[in-house]
Amino acid sequence: MMRKILKHSYLTLILLFTYIPIIVMVVLSFNASKSRVNFTGFSLKWYQQMFSDRNIVSALQNTILIALISSLVAVVIGTMAAVAISNMPRRTRTIYLSITNIPMLNADVATGISLMLCFITFGISLSFGTVLISHITFNIPYVILSVLPKLKGSSRYEYEAARDLGATSRQAFFKVVLPEIMPGVVSGFMLAVTMSLDDFIITHFTRGAGINTISTLVYAQVKRGLNPSLYALSSIMFVAVLVVLIITNFVANREKE
Amino acid sequence: MNSKSRNKLIAAPYTIWMVGFIIIPLIFVVYYGLTNDKNVFTLDNVISFFNPIHFRSFLKAFKLAFISTLICIILAYPIALIFRNSKTKKSSFIVYIFILPMWMNGLLRIYAWLTLIEKKGVINLILTYLKLPNINIVNTETAIILGMVYDFLPFMILPLYNSLMKINDDTLNGARDLGANELQVFTRVIFPLSIPGMVSGITMVFIPSLTTVAISFMLGGGLYLLIGNVIEQEFLTTSNWHLGSGLSLVLIIFIFVVMGITNKWTDKDEDSIII
Repeated sequence: MMRKILKHSYLTLILLFTYIPIIVMVVLSFNASKSRVNFTGFSLKWYQQMFSDRNIVSALQNTILIALISSLVAVVIGTMAAVAISNMPRRTRTIYLSITNIPMLNADVATGISLMLCFITFGISLSFGTVLISHITFNIPYVILSVLPKLKGSSRYEYEAARDLGATSRQAFFKVVLPEIMPGVVSGFMLAVTMSLDDFIITHFTRGAGINTISTLVYAQVKRGLNPSLYALSSIMFVAVLVVLIITNFVANREKE
Repeated sequence: MNSKSRNKLIAAPYTIWMVGFIIIPLIFVVYYGLTNDKNVFTLDNVISFFNPIHFRSFLKAFKLAFISTLICIILAYPIALIFRNSKTKKSSFIVYIFILPMWMNGLLRIYAWLTLIEKKGVINLILTYLKLPNINIVNTETAIILGMVYDFLPFMILPLYNSLMKINDDTLNGARDLGANELQVFTRVIFPLSIPGMVSGITMVFIPSLTTVAISFMLGGGLYLLIGNVIEQEFLTTSNWHLGSGLSLVLIIFIFVVMGITNKWTDKDEDSIII
């Protein structure tokens, strides 16, 4: 009994620790004043003003576009790469996997500056596009490592069986292999979106002048105080994701039944 | 077309991407790090990592990252154990709980801690109400450690939990049947089997903490320059790319040496995903 109480209070404490900053952000988004410390009254004005600040609107657009496009491209390239890697001879496979590990293990600062040096030396001016390329680069490894374990089992034999039964290689892939590895593809995509939304430092180094994501906008405003509309915006995004997750979970559970 | 060349074709987009945006950029870091602004070979940039100004910021980062990693292990282990032993074996649930916060912007979440720990912040308000002494940790190393632990704790919990989940109940019952008490079951069976997870947790907490830019900037108030901040400044403020690359080069080598050492203890399953 004592143990159970101990367990539950510990869990509650850690969850509180994990979620308290989010609660703070949501509360501050309803604060009447701009103060970060004093709650002076309930107000919806930061939600109303959210879309009148051009910086915030463009940062939001960039953040979402970069997350979605980079994850989609990473899913296509990464899934193809995973299929190829699973069929590679051992030595080539080890080389590919080691290089794939580099962006995941290396410091983000180092990845950021290496890409920036590369772009500038080749005369590619930093822009929206360079941020997108950088995000694709660090997203692909997450896709590969999510898809690869799903390819391990029977997919190879199933592919060959489909071929023997007269399917073209394209049909065999899309009708047999892909449905099998779909859970890995989806979780790779989700992971890529999460990493892209949360990235700050790589974007910071590879963005062109005037290109901001929510992260870089926050970084730029920290010293003089944030526009509380950023709290409002992030609260909405968080709640939106929460709702999507609950719905997809609910649907998935119903399908199981 | 035979299957070998088809495989090369499927791998082609990634091969090009890998060479173009992983390998070549790293070669540039090496090149800039080993030359000066007249493109002449020099070791000055690399050596200046050990110049006291820079080396001190590395040592400080090392110290803070080390303490944060230790705290993360202590906090995460019980959580992973509790979730492992809970009868609801819904593994996706625990992943969601700790990944979910990442959907609110990371910099904002760190920023929120300022509201909590400030002199007149929420925590002090509560402490005053409880007639307890106030804390004053804004712009200190403690605040930075707090930020690191907060930001990276999930990356310790998830791999630890994964490695604990792989332990079969029969293994534990076997140990008990053979006369081990609960403490021995933990020290002789559970703990050794959780080491691979702990080691991947350590690398996933230690390296981002060591190289952070944002946490020290926001919670340290610019008073505590860590190695990440120094590199950022060399690139974006003083525009000394050669020095910045030299420092990064040493940092990259250091990281890969650490990875090489820890690799011994991690899972040998080469395709296993870390989180």
